[in-house]
Amino acid sequence: MATIILFAPLLGALIAGFGWRVISIKGAQWVTTGLLFLACALSWIVFLTHGPETETINILRFIESGTLSVDWSIRLDRLTSIMLIVVTTVSALVHLYSFGYMAHDENFREGEESYRARFFAYLSFFTFAMLALVTSDNLVQMFFGWEGVGVASYLLIGFYYRKPSANAAAIKAFVVNRVGDFGFALGIFALFYLTDSVNFDVIFAAAPELAETQLTFLWTSWNAAELVAFLLFVGAMGKSAQLFLHTWLPDAMEGPTPVSALIHAATMVTAGVFLVCRMSPVMEFAPYAMAFVTVLGATTAFVAATIGLVQTDIKRVIAYSTMSQLGYMFVAAGVGVYSVAMFHLFTHAFFKAMLFLGAGSVIHGMHHEQDMRNYGGLRKKLPYTFWAMLIGTLAITGVGIPLTHIGFAGFLSKDAVIESAWAGTAGGYAFWMLVIAALFTSFYSWRLMFLTFWGTPRGDRHTHEHAHESPMVMLVPLGVLAVGSVFAGMVWYNSFFGDHASVNRFFGVPVAHAEEAAADHGEGPGEAIEELAEGDLESAGEAVAEPTDAHGPAGEGEYAAGDYPAPGQGAIYMAPDNHVMDDAHHAPVWVKVSPFVAMLIGFLVAVWFYILQPSVPGRLAESQRPLYLFLLNKWYFDEIYDFVFVRPAKGLGRLLWRRGDGSVIDGSINGLAMGVVPFFTRLAGRAQSGYIFTYAFAMVIGIAILITWMTLSGGGN
Amino acid sequence: MISADLTIILPEIVLSLFAMAALLVAVYTGKDKLAPVLLWATAAVFLALALWIGTTGSGLRLGFGGMFVDDGFARFAKVTILTAAAAVLLMSEGYMARRGLLRFEYPLLVALAVVGMMVMVSAGDLMALYMGLELQSLALYVIASLRRESPKSTEAGLKYFVLGALSSGLLLYGASLIYGYAGTTTFIGIVRTATEGEMSLGLLIGLVLLISGLAFKVSAVPFHMWTPDVYEGAPTPVTAFFATAPKVAAMALLARVLHDAFGGAVGQWQQVIALIAVLSMFWGSIAAIGQRDIKRLMAYSSIAHMGYALMGLAAGTLLGVQAMLIYMAIYVAMNVGTFAFILSMERDGQPVTDIRALNMYARQAPGKALAVLVLMFSLAGVPPLVGFFGKLYVLRAAYEGGLVWLALAGMIASVIGAYYYLRIVYYMYFGEEREDGLDGGRSPVLWGFLMASAVVMVVGVVNLFGIEGAAQAAAATLVR
Repeated sequence: MATIILFAPLLGALIAGFGWRVISIKGAQWVTTGLLFLACALSWIVFLTHGPETETINILRFIESGTLSVDWSIRLDRLTSIMLIVVTTVSALVHLYSFGYMAHDENFREGEESYRARFFAYLSFFTFAMLALVTSDNLVQMFFGWEGVGVASYLLIGFYYRKPSANAAAIKAFVVNRVGDFGFALGIFALFYLTDSVNFDVIFAAAPELAETQLTFLWTSWNAAELVAFLLFVGAMGKSAQLFLHTWLPDAMEGPTPVSALIHAATMVTAGVFLVCRMSPVMEFAPYAMAFVTVLGATTAFVAATIGLVQTDIKRVIAYSTMSQLGYMFVAAGVGVYSVAMFHLFTHAFFKAMLFLGAGSVIHGMHHEQDMRNYGGLRKKLPYTFWAMLIGTLAITGVGIPLTHIGFAGFLSKDAVIESAWAGTAGGYAFWMLVIAALFTSFYSWRLMFLTFWGTPRGDRHTHEHAHESPMVMLVPLGVLAVGSVFAGMVWYNSFFGDHASVNRFFGVPVAHAEEAAADHGEGPGEAIEELAEGDLESAGEAVAEPTDAHGPAGEGEYAAGDYPAPGQGAIYMAPDNHVMDDAHHAPVWVKVSPFVAMLIGFLVAVWFYILQPSVPGRLAESQRPLYLFLLNKWYFDEIYDFVFVRPAKGLGRLLWRRGDGSVIDGSINGLAMGVVPFFTRLAGRAQSGYIFTYAFAMVIGIAILITWMTLSGGGN
Repeated sequence: MISADLTIILPEIVLSLFAMAALLVAVYTGKDKLAPVLLWATAAVFLALALWIGTTGSGLRLGFGGMFVDDGFARFAKVTILTAAAAVLLMSEGYMARRGLLRFEYPLLVALAVVGMMVMVSAGDLMALYMGLELQSLALYVIASLRRESPKSTEAGLKYFVLGALSSGLLLYGASLIYGYAGTTTFIGIVRTATEGEMSLGLLIGLVLLISGLAFKVSAVPFHMWTPDVYEGAPTPVTAFFATAPKVAAMALLARVLHDAFGGAVGQWQQVIALIAVLSMFWGSIAAIGQRDIKRLMAYSSIAHMGYALMGLAAGTLLGVQAMLIYMAIYVAMNVGTFAFILSMERDGQPVTDIRALNMYARQAPGKALAVLVLMFSLAGVPPLVGFFGKLYVLRAAYEGGLVWLALAGMIASVIGAYYYLRIVYYMYFGEEREDGLDGGRSPVLWGFLMASAVVMVVGVVNLFGIEGAAQAAAATLVR
C-alpha cells in the first residue's frame, strides 16, 4: 500500500507531463488529481490502521559501491505515516483547488500554451519527491527526495517564467537551498565516515558511540554527534527557511498561490523539522547543537513575526507567518520534545494551507491584486472565503479555552510548544521569544483579516465591483482544511503531547521510563476527566486513532518492566534524562495561560488599530520611522547579503570570466590553435620541398636522432 | 622435407603462379583487353586465398629452417592484406578504365606486391624479410608511375624508388650489423643473443637501422617525406592501395621483428618506437591542416594513423600488439571507404581532389555526404564510431604499458587532428555554395564500398565484428 502511495504521484506526473497531448489537458488534470486522492485515501488508511511499529518495505537496490549500500526502501513508522497524511491530504486538496485557480492565467496566452498540464505534472512530481523524502529509510534516499522537492520548488516558483521576478526568486530559492544542502551533504558524509552506513537503523544504533567520538573537521576537533547534528541542522535551516537561510521563502511567493500553500507552507518547508525529528536519536546526544536549534528557532519565530507586522502583500504576510511557525517547531524539537514539533507541523499544515488557499481565493476573486491596502470590506463579496480565513486565523492565533484541551488546532499545538519551551529552557530566552511572537502572530493575522474583510473597499473600484466568490472546486478544499484546522489539535492532543506513555505508544517507542510510569499514574485521573470532557467531541476520532488507549495502564505496566529504550527503537527517541515533556505538563498556570494572553493582547491591538482607530498605524509608522523601515525592509537581510555575498561573488565571477576564462583560457587555446599550430603547419609545408635530397637528408637526420635517442634512453639502461 | 616446406608456403606459391601465368596469357593474347577480366580474377583469387588462409590455418608451422613462419599473427595480417587489396582492386576498375590506365599489368603487379607482403608478414629470417620487402617495393615502384605520360606520376614513382632504395640500403646495413653481432640471420637465433641488459651496441644500432628501414615503409616520421608526393602523384586507386595493404604488411613485419627477434629487449626499442609514434602523430596532424588536396591530406592522415598504431606497438605487450592489429584493421576499413569516395569525386569526367569542391556537398548528395561524415568522424576518433575504439585500444595499451606520457600526447594529437577531418564535414554541410561543385561519380561499386564502410563504422561498435578475439589470438602467437 505504501508503495502505491509513493508511486501514484510519480505515475501521475509522468502521464500528465509527457502524455497530456494524448489524454488532453483536462485528462491530465483528472489523472493527477485522481491519483493523488487515491494516495491520500490510502495514506489515511495506513495512518489509522498501521500500528506504531516500524516496518521496512524494500523496493529495489539503489546504489552498491564498496561498503556503501543503499536500498530504495520505505520506512513505515509513525513519523512517516504522519507525514504521509499531511503531504497527500494537502497535495490532493491543492490539486483540486488548482482546477479553479489555474483555469485562466494572464501570464500565458490562452489556448496556445498548455501550462495547466505542466503545472499539474510539477505538483505531482513534487508530491512524489516529498513522499520519497519522508518514506526514506536511509539518508541517501532522503537526500534524493530532498533535492527532488528542491527541483520541484524551483520549477514551480519560476512557473511564470515570463516574469523576471519569478525567475529571480526561483534561482534565489535554489541557490540559498544549496548552502543548506551543502551542510546536509556534509552531515551525510560524516555519518557515513563514522558509521560506514547511511541506513537509519545502523546510524541510530551507533548514536551513543558517536557522542563519545571525536572528529577532526576544519582543523578543529569536534564531538562527532554535535558536529553531525549541527551539519544536518544546517540542511534543515535551508529547507525550512530558518534565520540566515530564510531569504528565499518570502520571494518564493512569486509562484502560483496553490504552490505556496502546498510547498512553501504545508510540506516542503517542514522537511527540515521532519529531518530533525527523524534524526532524534542522534540529536539527543548533541545537547549543544540542540541548544543552537532552540535559540535559532526562537529567534526566527520572533524576527519573522516582527517583519510580518508591517508587510502589505497578503501572501508575504502569510509567508513570514510560516517562517515564524517553523521557528516554533524547531524550538520544540530543540528542547527535545519531538512529538510536539511534529504536532505543530501537523496542525500547521492544515491551517496554514488553508490560509494560503484562502488568500489565493481572495487574490483570484480580486483579479490578482495582492496588496492588502487595496482590499477592504470583502466579507460580503467572498463569504465562504471569509469564513474559512476566519477559522484559519482563529487556529493560527491559538484560540481556545485556557487550561483545557478545547480549542482550535493551533491553540493546542502552539501552547504545547510554548510550554515545552518553558520547561526546556527553564523559562528562558526561547520561551519569551515565543510568547512575544505569539502576540505578534495574533496581531498580524488579525490585521490581515481586518484589512481584507472589514472596513470599506479601497483601491481600484472596478476591481472591487467585479470581485467574486471562487468556484466550488476552490471552496471545497477550504472546507476540508477548515475541519482539520478546528479538530486536528483536539483529536490528537494526547498522542503528541499527552502523558509519556501514550506518546510513546503513539510513536512506537517500546519501553517507557519506570519512574515516569508512576508519575503518569498520578496524572492519570486528571487526564481522564479531561478526556471525559472532550469525549463528546473527539471520541470517534480517538477511538479509531488510538484503539489501544483503553488498555493504557496495562500496557504501561508492561513497559515499565523493561529498560530504557535504545536509540532507533520507535519513530522518535528521547534520552532517559529528557524530562522536558513531563515538566511542560507541570508548568505553572501563568505559563500555560501566557500564550493565550499574548494572543488576546495582539487581537485587541489589531482591533484598536484597524477597526476603531484606523489612523493609528500610519501615525505610529511616522513616529517610529526607523523601526518601521527596519521591519519593512525585513531587517535588511537581503541588502546585507547582497553586499556581503552577492556582489563579491558577482565580482569574482566577472573577474574569472573576463580575465580567467577570456584572457587566460581562451587566450592560450586561441594562441595555440591560431598561432603555434599554424606555425608548425607552415614549417611542415616548407619542409616538404619536393626535392629528393631534402627528403633523404631528413631520413639521415632521423636516423642520427634515433640512434642518439636509443643510446641515451634505451641503451643507457 | 621440401614438400612440407612447400605446403606451408602454398598460398604464396599459388598467387605467384597465378600472376605469372596470367602475365604470359595476357601478353600472348588480348593484352589490355583482358585487363578487366584479370582484375576481377585477381580480386577473386585474393578473396579465395583470404578465405583459405582464414579458415584452414592453425597452429605454428615453420618452413625452410625457420625462414618462413606461418602462425596466427601472420594469418591475421594476410587476411587483412588480401581483403584490402581485393577491395582496392575492385574499386579501381572504373576509374582506371575511364582514364585509359587499365593495363593488364596493373592487377598482376598488385598480385606480386601482395605476394611480397605475404612473405614479409611470415618472415622468420632477415633474408626472408628483405626478399619480401623488395618484392613488394619493386612492384609498388612500378605501379606508382603507372601513368607514364603524367610527369607527376613518374616523379612520384622515381621519388619513391630513390628513397626506397635508400631505405633498403639502411635496412640492409642494419641487417648486416645484426648478423655480424648475432652470428645468425634467423629471428630465433637473434632473440637468444639479444636479451635485456646484455645487448651489444652493434646489435642496437643494427636494430635502429632496421626500424628506420621499416618506418620508411609505414611512412612514419621522419621517414615519411615521400608519402604526400607519392600519394598525390600516383593515380588515385594506386594511392588507395598504398594507403592500405602495404601499411598493414610493413606494420606487421615491424611487430614481428621487434617481438620475434628482439622480444627479449623490449626496454631497448620501446623508447625509439614511442618517439617515432609521437612524432608521426603530431607531424601528421599538424601538417595536414595546411592541405587543400584531399590526397595529400589523406597522406598526412595515414602518417598520423601510423603513429597511433606504433603507439600500440611501443607498449611492447600482448595488449599492445592486439591494439595495433585492431587499429590497422579499422584503419584499412576506414580508408577503403574514404578512398571509394575520393575516387568518385569528379567534375566533367575529370577527377577532383581539392577539398573546397566539397562545399555544400550535403545538399547535392545527402546520402553520400552522411557516409563521408561518418567516416570522417571515425577517422577523427569521435565516439561512438569504430575509429574511436581503435584509438581507445592503443591508448589503453600505451597506458597499461607504462607509457602514460605517450597516451597523453596521443590524445592531444588527436584533438589537433580532428580539425582537418571536421573541416571536410564543415565544407560539406555549412560551406558556401560554389559554382564548381562535384558532379557525376555515380559508380555503384564505389557507392557500395563507401556505404558499406560507413555502415561498418556504425554497426561495428557492437562488437567490432569479433576482430578483438582474433587479434588477441594473433597477438598471443607473437608475444610470448
